[in-house]
Amino acid sequence: MVQQQAAILQPETLIEEFKQNGVTHVVTIPDSETNYLYELMKEQPWLEIVPASREGETFAISLGLLVGGKTPVCLIQNTGMLESGDSIRGMALDSGFPLVMVVGYRGWNRHGVITDSVARYTEPFLNAMRINYYLVESNEDGPRISEAFKEAKATKRPVAILVGDEYHGFNRV
Amino acid sequence: MFSAADMFQKFQEQRGNAIVIPTGTCGRHWRDYSQNESRDVNLGGAMGHTTSASLGLALGLPNEKICLFDSEGSLLMNMGIIATIAGKKPKNFVHFLMDNECYATTGGQPVPNASEINYAGMAKEAGYASTYHFDNLEEFADNIEAIMKATGPVFVSMKMVPEVENEPIGMRKRIPQRSRPETIAALQKELNITAP
Repeated sequence: MVQQQAAILQPETLIEEFKQNGVTHVVTIPDSETNYLYELMKEQPWLEIVPASREGETFAISLGLLVGGKTPVCLIQNTGMLESGDSIRGMALDSGFPLVMVVGYRGWNRHGVITDSVARYTEPFLNAMRINYYLVESNEDGPRISEAFKEAKATKRPVAILVGDEYHGFNRV
Repeated sequence: MFSAADMFQKFQEQRGNAIVIPTGTCGRHWRDYSQNESRDVNLGGAMGHTTSASLGLALGLPNEKICLFDSEGSLLMNMGIIATIAGKKPKNFVHFLMDNECYATTGGQPVPNASEINYAGMAKEAGYASTYHFDNLEEFADNIEAIMKATGPVFVSMKMVPEVENEPIGMRKRIPQRSRPETIAALQKELNITAP
């Protein structure tokens, strides 16, 4: 019997998509699952990391970078996205700039029962803010990240990437 | 305490080519003194995040001097930003704080610990390259040239005379001002930045 490796998302996929889409800055707050992605980002000479103190800052810092002609992404967890509501409104939705936000989908799973409340509220929150989103669970989903960049640019609005496999997507395998 | 109008008059003399982000009730006086409107930018507001957006602008335009005129009520909502700014060490960033010890736009209620809090001390301990505190115009005027030449991030706390508004928002006289998209478009045109 041939053993098949489960489809996973590797951090290298995110880095490659960032590079392809001309990302210059990642504005972020690390969470428990992002350390390897963070280390990998630090190794990229074309990428500047901007560590923030709270997630709401990431959208405003990104606006300033966009005004300056740069291409930032926000990298946060869904818990911090909920905290960022007014910043998303005032600094992203109302500003008329394209922005991709990469959001760790803590608590989400495809096959089991969702017990973490933040996972239950994540998609309703994005729907309430009328922010479109793409679920990324494996390397095969990588092109969806480019789709998000394309959509953000075309609509001049924020678009979210929900990283559904946080453990692998942000960690070593 | 000294008046924001007098402060801006002195600042204008040393402004040079700096990009200026005025905020709050005190910030409205800047339009009376600015001589380079295309470099005045409104980054909008969201619970204290103009400070964060100004940091982003400083990081995005490292060869331009960025001067934010922040207010203490706004900074209190987002105090972690001083650590974020100190951590990124933007050499081109001057963070002025107009501290009138109250929420002037909502009727003058005091901000928490209004008269005892030491914002310059907090910025210094957070790691700003240099910090200043002024409660009179003369000392501010004597130092503004050095402040504008200093390597950032610089923090300048200033005690401002409050200009309290008590009328409901809908009854206040509206002074026409350029919108956020207009100021951003003008700045990007001035700097030859192509919108993404």
